[in-house]
Amino acid sequence: MSERKIVDAKNTFCPGPLMELIGQMKMAEIGDELEILSTDQGSAADIPEWINKVGHEMVETSENDGVWHIVVKKIK
Amino acid sequence: MKILVVGGGMGGTILANNLARRLSGEIKAGKASITMLSASDKHMYQPGLLYVAVGKMMPDELYRDQVSLLESCITFRVDPVTKFNLKENNVLTESGKQYDYDIIVISTGSRAHAEGTPGLAENASQFYTEADAVKMFSSLQKFEGGKVVIAVGVPHKCPMAPLEITFMLADYFKERGIWDKVQLHYTYPIGRVHSLEPVAKWAQPEFDRLGITYETLFNMKEVQPGKIISEEGTEEDYDLLITVPAHKGMQVIEDNELGAGGFIPTNRTRLNIEGYENAFVIGDTTNLPISKAGSTAHFEAEALAENIASTIKIGQPVRDYDGKVFCFIEAGEGRATYAMFNYQNPPDPKAPTKGIHWFKTAYNKMYWASARGLL
Repeated sequence: MSERKIVDAKNTFCPGPLMELIGQMKMAEIGDELEILSTDQGSAADIPEWINKVGHEMVETSENDGVWHIVVKKIK
Repeated sequence: MKILVVGGGMGGTILANNLARRLSGEIKAGKASITMLSASDKHMYQPGLLYVAVGKMMPDELYRDQVSLLESCITFRVDPVTKFNLKENNVLTESGKQYDYDIIVISTGSRAHAEGTPGLAENASQFYTEADAVKMFSSLQKFEGGKVVIAVGVPHKCPMAPLEITFMLADYFKERGIWDKVQLHYTYPIGRVHSLEPVAKWAQPEFDRLGITYETLFNMKEVQPGKIISEEGTEEDYDLLITVPAHKGMQVIEDNELGAGGFIPTNRTRLNIEGYENAFVIGDTTNLPISKAGSTAHFEAEALAENIASTIKIGQPVRDYDGKVFCFIEAGEGRATYAMFNYQNPPDPKAPTKGIHWFKTAYNKMYWASARGLL
């Protein structure tokens, strides 16, 4: 069973949460879930936009105490 | 107290020199020692490769003998590590020797990995090694006009490199008098032209002013002769392809299963390897979500040297690494700016000036003082 990997990109500006996610997705196996933590509100829009464009799967998005938790699944 | 530094790049060199000064008394008294193991007897100023690629620096300007940069009390050996035995506090090296330590700092760096994208290494020019930078300059010299595409992989060393090479290429083609025959097309992995939003807001109008076209959300999937295909399903034709390839950590890190992609899981403030109190990582080798840049290695090295010294002297670290990064940005037309930020404070880059470009040009020489820990 694939495991969920946490990518902690809180309080980082460069390369930023989406770039971190893109790099981690390359190393992930198909079926893996990644949960990216971000304090950048823009991530809540940027990450789904990229995930949908590439054709991976958005699993869930939530916000808790200023930290966005965005869970995605590698599909291909 | 035996301190072992693995890697003789910017991070390892600054750390070792800084530590040698802080612990000079302990070293003289025979209570501490510093040993550095490196893969080369030469130290390269890596940012200079960008200039070599456009004919603005010669390769021999980029090197110094590593031993000439180190405090004399540091034992230096060209003997790359092959095996890290973190639980036993020792490493094995290519020569077959075993080095025991009380504290280890790993700063082996990262490398461009064009081979990870099908067709990229065969079809694109890049500038992350001396040979590649010289080869890229040869390709540029033969180029008489057409579409030049810049393609960027993730992660990569020097976050400003994609923008800098683009502006420097514009200057190069103008100086050759063929700018009117060149279409420069910039691509970038996320939905703006740079990861730092203020930098992207500055760079996009510069592109528009210069007639540089751009495409965002473009991640390389495959390269064929004359055509590059993105993960997002788009294609671009090219006559000349310039790439900032995705990077990996060093093979020895992967071989020792210290971290995926050769990047070691690292505590973001104390810089220790997760699960080890006496093993630390600095520079590109960390898996921290911050810029892979010389300045990152520099500021991490200073914080860590202070903490290692204080731990030896008073039994505890004295400060956290705050995520500080400083990057020059060559903006073309003899101008430059910079971005400085940390974990808490975003960058606020100013308009490029000729003064900052000249300071960056001076820093290309002053770097050696930084490596010695004097600047």
